Amino acid sequence: MKKNEVCRLAVVALAGIVCVPVILVVFGSFKSGNELADSLGSILSNTGEMINWKLFPNYPTLFHYVKLLFWTPEFLTVFWNSVKIVLLILIGQLFVAVPAAWAFATFWWKGKNILFTLYVILMLLPFQVTMLPSYLVMNKMNLMNTQASVILPAIFSTFPVFLIYRSFTSIPKELLEAARVDGAGEFQIFGKIGIPLGSPGILSAVVLGFLDYWNMMEQPLAFLKDKTLWPLSLYLPEIGIEQAGMALAASVVTLAPAIFVFVVGQDYLEQGIAASGIKE
Amino acid sequence: MWKKLSRKFHSIYRSRNKNILLFLMPSIAGVFLFVLIPFADVGKRSFQTAVTGEFCGIDNYKVIFGNQAFLLAIRNTFKLVIIGLPLLLVASLLISLVMYQVKWVQALKSAFLFPMAVPTATVVLIWKMLFHNFGLMNAGLESISLKSIDWLGSDASFWVLIISYIWKNLGYTIVLWLAGLHNVSEELKEAARVDGASETKCFLYVVLPGLKPVLYTITILSFLNSFKVFREAYLVAGAYPQQNMYLLQHLFNNWFTHLEMDKIAAAAVCITVIFIVFAVFLQHIWEEEK
Repeated sequence: MKKNEVCRLAVVALAGIVCVPVILVVFGSFKSGNELADSLGSILSNTGEMINWKLFPNYPTLFHYVKLLFWTPEFLTVFWNSVKIVLLILIGQLFVAVPAAWAFATFWWKGKNILFTLYVILMLLPFQVTMLPSYLVMNKMNLMNTQASVILPAIFSTFPVFLIYRSFTSIPKELLEAARVDGAGEFQIFGKIGIPLGSPGILSAVVLGFLDYWNMMEQPLAFLKDKTLWPLSLYLPEIGIEQAGMALAASVVTLAPAIFVFVVGQDYLEQGIAASGIKE
Repeated sequence: MWKKLSRKFHSIYRSRNKNILLFLMPSIAGVFLFVLIPFADVGKRSFQTAVTGEFCGIDNYKVIFGNQAFLLAIRNTFKLVIIGLPLLLVASLLISLVMYQVKWVQALKSAFLFPMAVPTATVVLIWKMLFHNFGLMNAGLESISLKSIDWLGSDASFWVLIISYIWKNLGYTIVLWLAGLHNVSEELKEAARVDGASETKCFLYVVLPGLKPVLYTITILSFLNSFKVFREAYLVAGAYPQQNMYLLQHLFNNWFTHLEMDKIAAAAVCITVIFIVFAVFLQHIWEEEK
């Protein structure tokens, strides 16, 4: 019994530790510029003293937020760039991946397994491996240095197909057969049974996609030269630690939509992740 | 009667085939256009010189396998997966086993999933505060009178990668394990206990085999995510980090900026072959399960 208690305490403590870094950043963003300079001085100028970071700000201020949101027009530009890129990718993915996942889950044809393995391989390949192929296509299509070069390949990512496929396969086959016997067309079945019953998987793909593309770095770094086209995730590291207040505030502003999507979508995410793990 | 029936089946089959195409076409077309066709081009280029495009046999492959940076990057990336992946799987399994018995699982799950929502750039800021020579980690070490560690400039940098990988992916993996645990039948466990199996035996022979199906998904997803630690590494330490942190992604990026397309092409082909072997292997194990 005692051992169990210890384990539980350890897990709770770990859950707390895991969240600490974020709490540091959020509270830090309300510190004044001077206070930050004081606490980060050792990191900035290598004075040889240890960092002296207090969790709570001495004199909380919204100065950095005001500066960022009202006096830094570039920030708003890149913020909207990110929103635009992520939304277009996710909408595109829905139109491409959901029907494809449905085809993989409910139809059978010769060579299906090979094609599916191909999709799994493509999904696993890190961006750097597909960077040169993507570059060659984008160059041919004259899309280099446009946001389309980042959006188009992502729309055809095979990862959402995999995730959504797993949740479609958990729909009982008898249900689909029954609908067919009753004379429902394939598109009706897809729209009236597939999409509603597969929605946890679809929504979890959307949530995961949002979190991933909100952080997209490799693609824009390779394909976008013009900084006004950059997403937030590339712009943010440009604010050095010397401007700690701005960097912290910008981090929190970047964090906010991700947390929002996460909180709204957590249930779907869990159901979807869970569905993707369970064999039919 | 038979003829009529078979004709009917035939027409159903044909019409369904047409539907398959409609459902699958957009995705396949995109994959071919954006990945497969250019990939074939890359395959061709891997046998050509970068500048003149002349056929040069396997010269490019010889060059990359003689390249110290390539070998180092392969080694580091491999090490990251081989050490990070099992650590993540075991740690998350242990935590989910404890969480499985707790009533207020929801709050714990949220806490563990939270890091997944933290944007990379924020993570980088946190890294700098934590792992700088005079940062919080070292401050903590010194306060319990241990020696401070040069986290980003020594061999320890590899562990910084591992820590951040586990930190980000723990929640996700825990949720998957928990789903798997809920799927193991209670009756089976009860039956094992009634037959006098100890808790350890019950776990080894009943619970663990029941978790196999979920293992496939967990392995694939954790493997996929293991390549994303590059983002943090790149933003914190730049294009040429401490050598234990130098990953394949760094190398590809550097070759790309120096326009060494022949090397990238050859390396991309090699890496893809490794991935194909890995994916087919996993798929094979999973199919056997079925």
